Amino acid sequence: MWSFFHKLGSPPWLYAISGKILQWLLPVTLLLLAVGAVWGLLYAPADFRQGNSYRIIFVHVPASVVALAGYYVMATAGAISLIWKMKMADVAMRSCAPIGAALTFLALLSGAVWGKPTWGTWWIWDARVTSMLVLFFLYVGVISLYEAFDNEVAAARACAVLSLVGTVNIPIIYKSVDWWYSLHQPASIKFTEESSMHSDMLAPLLLMIVAFYCLFICSLLLYMRGEILRREGTTHWVRKLLLDAGDAHAV
Amino acid sequence: MQFDSLAAALAMNGHGGYVWSVYLIAALVVVFLLLGPVLRSRRIMLERLGQLRREQAAQNKEVPLASGS
Amino acid sequence: MSGAPLLPFLSACLRRQLLLAFRRPLEIANPLLFFLLVVMLFPLGIGPDPRQLAEFAPGILWIVALLATLLAAESLFRVDFEDGTLEQLLLTPQPLYLSCLSYVLAHWLLTGLPLTLVAPLFAVMLQLPPPALPALMLSLLLGTAVLSLVGSIGAALTVGLKRGGLLISLLIIPFYVPVLIFGSGAVQFAALGNSAQPQLLVLGGMLSLAIALAPFAIAAGLRISVDAG
Repeated sequence: MWSFFHKLGSPPWLYAISGKILQWLLPVTLLLLAVGAVWGLLYAPADFRQGNSYRIIFVHVPASVVALAGYYVMATAGAISLIWKMKMADVAMRSCAPIGAALTFLALLSGAVWGKPTWGTWWIWDARVTSMLVLFFLYVGVISLYEAFDNEVAAARACAVLSLVGTVNIPIIYKSVDWWYSLHQPASIKFTEESSMHSDMLAPLLLMIVAFYCLFICSLLLYMRGEILRREGTTHWVRKLLLDAGDAHAV
Repeated sequence: MQFDSLAAALAMNGHGGYVWSVYLIAALVVVFLLLGPVLRSRRIMLERLGQLRREQAAQNKEVPLASGS
Repeated sequence: MSGAPLLPFLSACLRRQLLLAFRRPLEIANPLLFFLLVVMLFPLGIGPDPRQLAEFAPGILWIVALLATLLAAESLFRVDFEDGTLEQLLLTPQPLYLSCLSYVLAHWLLTGLPLTLVAPLFAVMLQLPPPALPALMLSLLLGTAVLSLVGSIGAALTVGLKRGGLLISLLIIPFYVPVLIFGSGAVQFAALGNSAQPQLLVLGGMLSLAIALAPFAIAAGLRISVDAG
């Protein structure tokens, strides 16, 4: 167990193993995304109330779910880097932020487009959309804080503290936004979320959620590889790796 | 298949514009998430490789200079 | 060696903060002036209709109070960071948790408390129904304390940065959302003639949680900023 933990902290090992994982995870992810999208777009039955516009759910919900989970991944990595001063946890935390922000952005945008045919307006201050907007600012805050520091070690520690504060706050924010929305919800635009989903719709949705999780992992590993190269640029193993790759290219 | 023709699939009873544009944006985000870090690593690798090459070149040059003087 | 006893140490910390502030009375007045200024802007922006103002008053008062605390939070540690006091503080044997709490308490006494005390004045200007005044004051009393605690986390993390200005707003405003919701919710409930007790209890809960946890984050933030500086 501990040797695994130590290996996880070793940049060359992580670089090599992430390359091997990506070799098969990347095709799997693209396949899952393609199958899920085609299934959701063309084969899932239309919703009896919302018609075809509900097909946006196959993008909106996975993006939201993974964006939120990504924050917890980021905070966990931050906690590990704070407690054990593990450099690779730092790299992971830093790499999570842009991915999470992009997914949150996708969730917000797809929510807005979904709102037009469903509610007749592009933007509704609905509980979920509002929470997503707050989450977006949490991600942007972490990215900006990282950029603001000149000292990279301090930047990582500060972001770790910030994301931990965020972890404590996210449930409170979500609960209070829920309460706020239930208080102000106009009766006419009630959006029935509780209606149980037919299994023909649920299956592609679950598939898409899995696909988005895979996408998150792929993107995270890809970002981490770049970040490892940048930080370890002067070490022997990166030098060897680059020169070998460069020679292979030149020949 | 829920739709009889390609046109019906594109139109989706009037909701096609919304649905297809969301999937298009999602595709762009996927491309950004996968291609963005790859391009970034490539840039970092090329920069570092250039540095290494220059260092090597400088070392190779230094040797004859030192023997010459 | 354990240094000065805890309580005298903390009260000295607090006294020092307050004394420094009272030497510059205008800086204490700044958040209040800001409060008044923005309150003046709202009728100009949305029209002087008393009914409309009364409807928006809870939200306006709470948002302005929130921004005023945020404005003051930015400079909370700045002077002490620049003259090296913070570094000394980190080296003292007394628990940093409590000294951070004394900073926050000073900040609250200088911003949150005065804001709470003058809020009824502004509430009358914005036509808030008089029965809502107790709820306004109580919610501000509890809420601004949470705002001070959370805002200090942002201040501690950004104190060493040259371009901290907008950054602290970006970091902290998302965390202010629950306080705003329940604070203005309490006033809205009271304005409609209902009891605001549930919202006030939630605010009290948030305050307890913030007192328990925020000083740790503030202390960590100060350590990071001082180490990096």
